[in-house]
Amino acid sequence: MPEQPPYTTLNLGPTHPATHGIFQNVLTMDGETIIDTQQTIGYIHRAFEKIAEHRSYYQITTLTDRMNYCSAPINNIGWHMTVEKLLGIKTTKRIDYLRIILMELARITDHLICNSVIGVDSGALTGFIYVFQEREKIYEIYEEISGARLTTNMGRIGGFERDINPAAVQKIRDLIKRLPAILKEFEKLLMRNRIFMDRTIGVGPISAERALNYGFTGPNLRAAGVDFDVRVMTPYSSYNDFEFTIPVGTNGDTYDRFCVRQEELWQSLKLVSDALENLPEGKYYVDVPQFYLPPKEEVYSKMEALIWHFKIVMGEIDVPVGEVYHSVEGSNGELGFYLVSDGGRTPYRLHFRRPCFIYYQALPEMIRGGVLSDAILTMSSMNVIAGELDA
Amino acid sequence: MENTTIIDNLYKEFGRDIFEVDTATDILTVTVASPVSHEVIRFLKENPLLRFNFLTTLCGIHYPDRGLPLGVVYHLHNLTDNNRIRIKTFITTTTPNLPSVTDLFFAANWMERETYDFYGIIFEGHPNLKRILNVDYMDYFPMRKEYPLEDQTRKDKDDRYFGR
Repeated sequence: MPEQPPYTTLNLGPTHPATHGIFQNVLTMDGETIIDTQQTIGYIHRAFEKIAEHRSYYQITTLTDRMNYCSAPINNIGWHMTVEKLLGIKTTKRIDYLRIILMELARITDHLICNSVIGVDSGALTGFIYVFQEREKIYEIYEEISGARLTTNMGRIGGFERDINPAAVQKIRDLIKRLPAILKEFEKLLMRNRIFMDRTIGVGPISAERALNYGFTGPNLRAAGVDFDVRVMTPYSSYNDFEFTIPVGTNGDTYDRFCVRQEELWQSLKLVSDALENLPEGKYYVDVPQFYLPPKEEVYSKMEALIWHFKIVMGEIDVPVGEVYHSVEGSNGELGFYLVSDGGRTPYRLHFRRPCFIYYQALPEMIRGGVLSDAILTMSSMNVIAGELDA
Repeated sequence: MENTTIIDNLYKEFGRDIFEVDTATDILTVTVASPVSHEVIRFLKENPLLRFNFLTTLCGIHYPDRGLPLGVVYHLHNLTDNNRIRIKTFITTTTPNLPSVTDLFFAANWMERETYDFYGIIFEGHPNLKRILNVDYMDYFPMRKEYPLEDQTRKDKDDRYFGR
């Protein structure tokens, strides 16, 4: 009899359909039980931080799209707010509220996918198909606002490229009216479902203390019982004008993560509705011609707009020397931008704090001793987005 | 908690190893000597008054023209009082060694691997210091400023027209 039982090595990934992204786990298994795992990431590393050092500020917006592609508007707007912080631009309430609407819509799409995928991985495909339709409707709202669906490239430094149009407002109103019934039905399907509860309660737990030490943020940290939310701790974009609750879990297991996200969906919907009802009149951009890319109609008809357009696009505008860290509450945690400018047209250094890159390293600890099918659930409940993981 | 409290406590503990304190731009930024960087972070984390118990992020930076070209920037967060602090420390390219903070924060594990991967900074005491995003057989550190973005053997582009 050998001293160590004959363990099996199992490759989960890099293109396993259940991992929802390209990353590899080399599992050491004892039968069905996981002894340990070696994580390999970087399969879609695109060197964004290096590229960002060679691109002007507007060209970086498109890089941020491709990080967390499930909630691209949060990344776009977070980046624009970082630049605004460096430049000292103060945005109007209308811009802030519009941003809140879009960021919360993005959070809804992200949480809908994540939570319904937890359902899929536990064997309930119905909910996924059902809520995917709503995600589609939200993408139609993005389309009205920015023209794009997945990689939105939304907004400008100092506001938006155009004002919100009546069609978009109508679509948001329709969504606010329709979504509660759908969310309720989705919750009915899973939340008190015996099979789902048995599959998720106590699966992949992490304590608050260890979650903090592992750098957890967002719903995953809140599921462990820490009420940390960037929207409340350091309010940006006038989040302090609104009233919303931060749901907190207790065990930090898969079920808690699911429930926290589910409650955040309701809170986000409330924020969207409140922001839309109280949307102030005013301009949708601030007067910073050196940085705000002028509307295309004006570029074709006004001399000054043409000049600024040319200067911005050709990178004639120097950004002042400075150094800022700005973070927003991304859909899966604190999304931070550390920007160092040496006064040129490009950042001297731009570091993205990608939440899932930081918390994904806790996975071995969370799945150790469990069975393989639970590991899949834990992984999907952590909301790891490959694009953000690898940047 | 006021910034002055943090600064006073740091000066009291580390004195001349604190090179520079910047409160004017953005969050409180403190540049410290590289041999004490680990001790500074431990002090910030474990001091019952300061309680910077959360490592937000950690990244490298390269200033090729400076005497100490390679740097590591730590962002710490005190979640109780909601204070943020940025710690910088600089080292040479010939001995790019820094003590690892993985014993203080588990989160530092991959962040330090990423920094090693990009800048070649060697974190002493790190349990598994190898490349994380790039391939293992890569023989340079791509985020250092001397490595250009594009393949320099290309002849079909004239960089003058691209402002590079």
